[in-house]
Amino acid sequence: MFDFLVQRAAISIVTLFVISMIVFTGVRMIPGDPARVLAGTEADAAGIEAVREKYGLGDPIPIQYLRWVALALRGDLGHSIRTRESVIHTVATKLPITIELAFLSLLIAVGIAIPAGVLAAVRRNTIWDVLASGASLGGVSIPNFWLGIMLILFFSVQLGWLPASGFVPIWESPLDNLRRMIMPAFVLGTALAAVLMRQTRNSMIEVMSADYIRTAYSKGLASRVVVFRHAIRNSLIPVVTILGLQMGALMSGAVVTEQIFVVPGFGRLIVESVFTRDYPLVQGVVLITASSYVLINLLVDVSYSLLNPRIRIGGTARES
Amino acid sequence: MSPSTTASTALVAQATPSEPSRLARAWRQARRRPASVVGAAIVLLFVAAALGAPWIAGADPMQTDWKLVRKAPSLAHPFGTDDLGRDTFARVVWGTRISMQAGVFSILLAIAVGVPMGLVAGFYRGALDQTIMRLTDAWLAFPFLILAIGLVTIMGPSLTNATVAIGLGATPTYIRLTRGLVLATAAEDYVQGARALGAGDLRLMSRHVLPNIVSSLLVQATISIPIAIIAEAVLSFLGLGVQPPAPSWGTMLNTAQQFLETAPWMAWWPGLAIFSLALSFNLAGDGLRDLLDPRDY
Repeated sequence: MFDFLVQRAAISIVTLFVISMIVFTGVRMIPGDPARVLAGTEADAAGIEAVREKYGLGDPIPIQYLRWVALALRGDLGHSIRTRESVIHTVATKLPITIELAFLSLLIAVGIAIPAGVLAAVRRNTIWDVLASGASLGGVSIPNFWLGIMLILFFSVQLGWLPASGFVPIWESPLDNLRRMIMPAFVLGTALAAVLMRQTRNSMIEVMSADYIRTAYSKGLASRVVVFRHAIRNSLIPVVTILGLQMGALMSGAVVTEQIFVVPGFGRLIVESVFTRDYPLVQGVVLITASSYVLINLLVDVSYSLLNPRIRIGGTARES
Repeated sequence: MSPSTTASTALVAQATPSEPSRLARAWRQARRRPASVVGAAIVLLFVAAALGAPWIAGADPMQTDWKLVRKAPSLAHPFGTDDLGRDTFARVVWGTRISMQAGVFSILLAIAVGVPMGLVAGFYRGALDQTIMRLTDAWLAFPFLILAIGLVTIMGPSLTNATVAIGLGATPTYIRLTRGLVLATAAEDYVQGARALGAGDLRLMSRHVLPNIVSSLLVQATISIPIAIIAEAVLSFLGLGVQPPAPSWGTMLNTAQQFLETAPWMAWWPGLAIFSLALSFNLAGDGLRDLLDPRDY
């Protein structure tokens, strides 16, 4: 168990290290002189040189990288060129909005996917299965930004029930907050629900054919008891892993959804920082996204091994 | 082709009457899965639209007309017109070309880069494998779209760059998949047998391992192409892909968003096109998976 944790943690650290190198080189490959951008448009040659001196942009690249990593480890990711605010502060104000959005969409996704997946598996090859699988296929195929536009068209433009865009902090008015978050959360939730449903169905089918399920049936338990007490819990273990791997898709989805519904969250921040060529912000935001993905999946792996003893003994969670 | 290329010939088999059993099996499968056949047919329809755009579109997709600004669907313009009076139907048809191009070429790129890397990693194991896989882990940690956005920022927005960015974003999936398949295949007796007979690494990889993993890669491609098509639409929607006035479904939706109240049809058709193309690919892919991969899902 301990060996396994150490091994997973070591792999994650190596991954984080490679990520930091990719982000660092990536930002340096963006055309243009960073000193010129940092100095602003009205700076003259001397001003640009002063900035280059101040930020050590003339130093060899490995030195610059080490300095950047050292600062990043202490939580200093630099300042936004546009707003002059620290990157960490900017992220800290935007991230809670996206976390709320992600949490709501997760609720919606799990609320749809798990009952539908279980139903499709238990009533396999019936109309329920066909309906659920069809809906899942549709959910994977529908471009989420178009779904968002169609929802706005229907619920905001046609019916006038929900505001099309904007954001109200939850502490100001929870109801207004929810009225504005429900459509983006639904859009973000559909794609996730489609993937989760398929996974739930497959793993439920696998569990239902296990020996202990047959035993449970043959000792005369009602099928309701077998499904709810014996099958569902075991079938959800792989679903948890998928959930971790889907965090990246959720992040990508948030970028688009927040753009459509004008939600001022982390996803919109990414697009804005790219469009305004705010390199320190791009660098920081991408680094944070990738690192949190690695950490979340480390947590998923660890919790998975706690839930499933076979992995602990086997020593490797999955082929890496 | 060597006798071990069973999997890869399954598709070709439909056209070679010399293998009636496989043809019969494909036909049986097709009859069992009408939805997949319909999906495949619609994909072919889109391919035809992409190739025959100049003849099918009926109107010039770039031709603006101030007298026809934002007109609702009519006989002359079945999908209506856009904010510059251009025919939406013509633009949707021409948009097929861009979407297909981005979807197919990006995945071909991902296969061209990912499969050799995965093949080498899985075949040689050891330090090389570790290096490639750690790189892949890090690569995978960037959410697909965010990686694509980052790459387009570096390279500048255009259709080619969006295609390259999407392709590179999809590459780690192919490295992982190929490596996993190679690990399983290389342990098979026939590979060991060929090695014992003195076959070199290159021959083992190209004649014995690769042909046996082609079908799984093909199935993965049918899953990735619709994702790539949607990704191109998203990048163009965000203004990072195809630049106006070129008719791309994503840019059309971007414009349509400003006119939802006065011209909702502008938003219907491009989105419906993306949806039906992605859905058909997924349906066809499901059928292909059943055909090539007998495991039960």
